[in-house]
Amino acid sequence: MTEFTPWLSLFGGSLIGLAAVLLMAFHGRIAGMTGILSGLVPPFSTDWAWRAAFLAGAVGAPALIAGGTAYTIPFDSPTPSAWLVVGGLIVGVGVYFGSGCTSGHGVCGLARLSPRSVVATITFMTSTAITVFVIRHLIGGL
Amino acid sequence: MARVLSALVIGLIFGTGIALSGMANPAKVLNFFDFAGTWDPSLGFVMGGALIVTAIGYAFVLKRKAPVFDRLFHLPTRRDLDLPLVVGSAVFGIGWGITGFCPGGAIPALGLGHGDAWLFVGSMIGGIALARIARHTMATRLTTKAA
Repeated sequence: MTEFTPWLSLFGGSLIGLAAVLLMAFHGRIAGMTGILSGLVPPFSTDWAWRAAFLAGAVGAPALIAGGTAYTIPFDSPTPSAWLVVGGLIVGVGVYFGSGCTSGHGVCGLARLSPRSVVATITFMTSTAITVFVIRHLIGGL
Repeated sequence: MARVLSALVIGLIFGTGIALSGMANPAKVLNFFDFAGTWDPSLGFVMGGALIVTAIGYAFVLKRKAPVFDRLFHLPTRRDLDLPLVVGSAVFGIGWGITGFCPGGAIPALGLGHGDAWLFVGSMIGGIALARIARHTMATRLTTKAA
């Protein structure tokens, strides 16, 4: 069980949205983690500096909250290590060919009403739900 | 310098949002998709909040001629639906359902210092690199055949 956190999640989601709006306003870029990260996988894209800076901020923020405040960020990864490696590979291949993930398609793309993002988001949300159902209720866990 | 600093600050806002919303917590993400079991609807509020702010913000920002640090907005222009988009997204969902990690949630999770997030991200970057090599190989073969 995890605790239902509507207000905190709504607030966190709004910050994600704010970051997406600011990245467009200042850098003219979609705040999609797949796209930003892909430019940092060798061969590096020429505009790697802002990508690396964004990534450093994204990694640094939770570290700062954890180290500098009394708030504990809940974290629980129930998946066995071998499956994390398999799942990581699958996610990497999927988001590359699918041209985006939850942030790029699910937030920025949907906000622009991009037909490709609408289809991508419906597809991966459905596929994730089916996978969770199969693992938890048909197989009985990994 | 201002450009890089601005990206760092925006990254910090993004990472804070991900951390507070619960998106960096695989157990919570998996529970959102477990309608038949321990359902936690929180993720719907994350997506809802992010979407409303982005849609309203974009409407104002994209009326401007250009972003502050660039000559133009880099907006995807494709509107066609193709097989890689659909199959790739379906494949992504399988990995998301196995692990509870999506790229935007996993990167900030690195900052929490748990080995699980590092293992996932390392493997995911390997997946992106492999996919890129595969696409280039396919593209080269097609070009060679055509020639």
